[in-house]
Amino acid sequence: MSAIQQGVGTIQRALRAVDGQGGWLAGLLLAVAWLALPSIGLAAEGAAAGPTEYRDIPYIGARNLVWIVAQLHLLLAGFVLGVPIFAWLCEVIAWRGGEKRYDKLAKEFTKLLTSAYATTALFGGILLFLLVAFYPKLMNYLTDVFFPSFLLYCLLFLLETATLYLYWYGWDAMQYGNKKTLHVFLGFLLNFFALFIMIVPNAWATFQSSPVVISEGTAFERAWAATWNPTWWPINIHRLIANVVLGGYICGAYAGVRYLSVKSTEDREHYDWMGYVGNFIGVFGLLALPFAGYWLMREIYQYNQQMGITLMGGFLSWLFIIQAMLIGVLFLGSNYYFWLGITYRIPGSETKYRRAMLMMLVSLLLCLAVWMTPHSLVASIEEAQKMGGAHHPLLGVLGVMSAKMTVSNLMILITFMSFVMYWRAGKQDTAGWATLGKAVMGAVLVLASLAVIVLGVWGYFVPAIVRINYFSTSQVAIVGFVILTITPLTALLLKSARTTTEMVWGSMPPRAGYALVLNAVMVILLMTLMGYARSSSRVHWHVYGVMRDTSPYAYSPALGSASLIMAFCTFFFCILVAFIFWVATMGDKYKTPAGGGKGELPHGIPAMAGGAPEARQQQ
Amino acid sequence: MGALGKPIILMVAMYLFLKFVLPNIPGSAPLPSSLIFLYLLLTAAGIIIFETLSGESKDAFWGPMQRFLTGENIGGLQALRYGVLVLFPLLVGWQTYGSTASSDAPPAESRTIHPAPPGEYTGLSNPVPKTPENIMQGKGFYAAFCSPCHGGNFDGKGPAARGYNPPPANFADPTTIAMLQESYLFWRIKKGGVGLPIEGAPWKSAMPRWEVELPDEWIWKIIMGEYDGAHQSPRTWE
Repeated sequence: MSAIQQGVGTIQRALRAVDGQGGWLAGLLLAVAWLALPSIGLAAEGAAAGPTEYRDIPYIGARNLVWIVAQLHLLLAGFVLGVPIFAWLCEVIAWRGGEKRYDKLAKEFTKLLTSAYATTALFGGILLFLLVAFYPKLMNYLTDVFFPSFLLYCLLFLLETATLYLYWYGWDAMQYGNKKTLHVFLGFLLNFFALFIMIVPNAWATFQSSPVVISEGTAFERAWAATWNPTWWPINIHRLIANVVLGGYICGAYAGVRYLSVKSTEDREHYDWMGYVGNFIGVFGLLALPFAGYWLMREIYQYNQQMGITLMGGFLSWLFIIQAMLIGVLFLGSNYYFWLGITYRIPGSETKYRRAMLMMLVSLLLCLAVWMTPHSLVASIEEAQKMGGAHHPLLGVLGVMSAKMTVSNLMILITFMSFVMYWRAGKQDTAGWATLGKAVMGAVLVLASLAVIVLGVWGYFVPAIVRINYFSTSQVAIVGFVILTITPLTALLLKSARTTTEMVWGSMPPRAGYALVLNAVMVILLMTLMGYARSSSRVHWHVYGVMRDTSPYAYSPALGSASLIMAFCTFFFCILVAFIFWVATMGDKYKTPAGGGKGELPHGIPAMAGGAPEARQQQ
Repeated sequence: MGALGKPIILMVAMYLFLKFVLPNIPGSAPLPSSLIFLYLLLTAAGIIIFETLSGESKDAFWGPMQRFLTGENIGGLQALRYGVLVLFPLLVGWQTYGSTASSDAPPAESRTIHPAPPGEYTGLSNPVPKTPENIMQGKGFYAAFCSPCHGGNFDGKGPAARGYNPPPANFADPTTIAMLQESYLFWRIKKGGVGLPIEGAPWKSAMPRWEVELPDEWIWKIIMGEYDGAHQSPRTWE
């Protein structure tokens, strides 16, 4: 540190010396000095006896820099690994169903992916250099444990890159016949390698939280034992779903921004539809994400009570109230977008569904109120005295997991029903069993909601393990049952339904585009928040219980200061993505409009949700 | 007022409910302002979402506000507009000043209730066999050492409880010891308030450090007695 201070002093003296010699000279000197400062810091650490354990960088600090770069890399990686999943699914839908618009959409998704891929790798490379430079002791240790998987990761990266190039550049060349089959297979391979590219480094990160260390065996055996640690698969599943959610909402936001800026009717229709698909994919993942998150937390709690309490009851517990707020906004934003779709894309539907939308909105808000109610409340001394402590005697019961699980399941049910309502809007049932079918669906929904609530209340009166292992899983199973029952029944009903009102694309108000952007920002903020949670739950350990953090940054930053970094990461990531997308689409406006005829554009049916056969035949 | 009237009435009604009705329900208590603010915020968000679902409802909702603030020929409302334009920034300034100016009132607390236990206390299991005799003995120890604060009924209402802020934990509440493993209670009883970690300081706990007075075996028995007496079960993974 003294070397750094000395360096700063030198700069200040130099600045005083050049006073009056022209601002450019001072600026130049300042820039050179700033660039030289890290080396001063590095040299200072390097001069100490013994191997260097840490290095630092002035002003921003090694930890903050690594934090920001790691978070940006993770966000980009989430996008890059999430988008191929649904890009490929869209391509498969087009391939099997013959709807070219899905192929066009898949190609547009992949175009965004291609441009984001290089940036992701770039940030990964920067992160690696920073980690090696700032945390040599930790990186030595991790290299020793994971050396075989480092090699595997390099190989996977080569394969992924080659596959992505073939997939993207071969799109037009492999459009028909067997070549299309090969292209679809390439898409599968792309996702296959992407999955492994995600789960291999997940092993390194989860090892830091829940290490499994064996001292005997070959390098491969030790790496395998460390890889298969208690939180590896929960994180893998959670991240896989979260990546789809992130990718969906970002593509939705991209479509939203394009929708707000395009001039032609054709483009408005296309980006309206693309926004819908992005939101649909985001919601589709969002329905499963809380379950995966719950499983992850359960594993963490079971792995180590200390870490579980640090997260859920200790100094990080307030973070989960913020998480509830962000997820709540995401649910509200997604539903709002569905409801706007009913109102604006299906003329005349508003009157029919307004009451239902109101009921859903009130239910969502009630659920959100429960989710956001903390167990111990923020209260002044007088207020706490009136309550008899930090817990409210009546509302305090809403602050524990039984209540949170119940309302999150109900919010998933409501959101699913929003989608079903959107799906059914503008159609009239003609099937003979329609009345019975709708009665069955209504009964399933009502009974399931009641069962979820009953289990939630009952959860207060049984041992924790019964609630966690049986009641919570039953709630999830019930919601899953509802989704798996109502989806095929609705699809069957709509198969023979008559379209009473054609869906009009491109008629959404500007606020729909803003809602899409809001959803994307919320999901990015959520990921930055949970990145902080996962990292801070290790408290002062690099590798929990194995390697202590002995750097000056061993402390966990408070939520307030951490939120500054989170906000910066979110803002910078949005700027980065906007820049990447701008570059990716720069050439579009110079292309001739030939070939992109109206015949390929969506008319009348909701994406990925089936629709009236007449409309499909027209296409 | 038109479509604007209903939302205003709803907000006022919600405030009155949270402020005056909910606290008077048997077993309830006044809500802290942070919670009232949260619920009002959700109500306002709901109103905005609902009123902007269609073009007509949006115009009916925002139209009067827009006309009031930007419209021409609003007659007598012109003076009111200027009043609002002057008073609103002042109100914001007053709020900002009120929330940032130094005051002799202590800051609102966002107390973390469950500090994480040290590593050496995680995963411990109760070594004392769970027999009726041991449970009875644990209840006896509890009556002697714990009940003055935590209450004979395990409800946190012992004769000395009124002297403490925050009050002693209510073990009969399913959101307290039922959420925790036995090893956690062992640590808290053994080390007391002074043994709490610094990670979430400042802690406020008058819990004595019982390790100086009670052997470990008694503490484990007390834990069994507490759970049994409060009709709760400890968190386990089996």
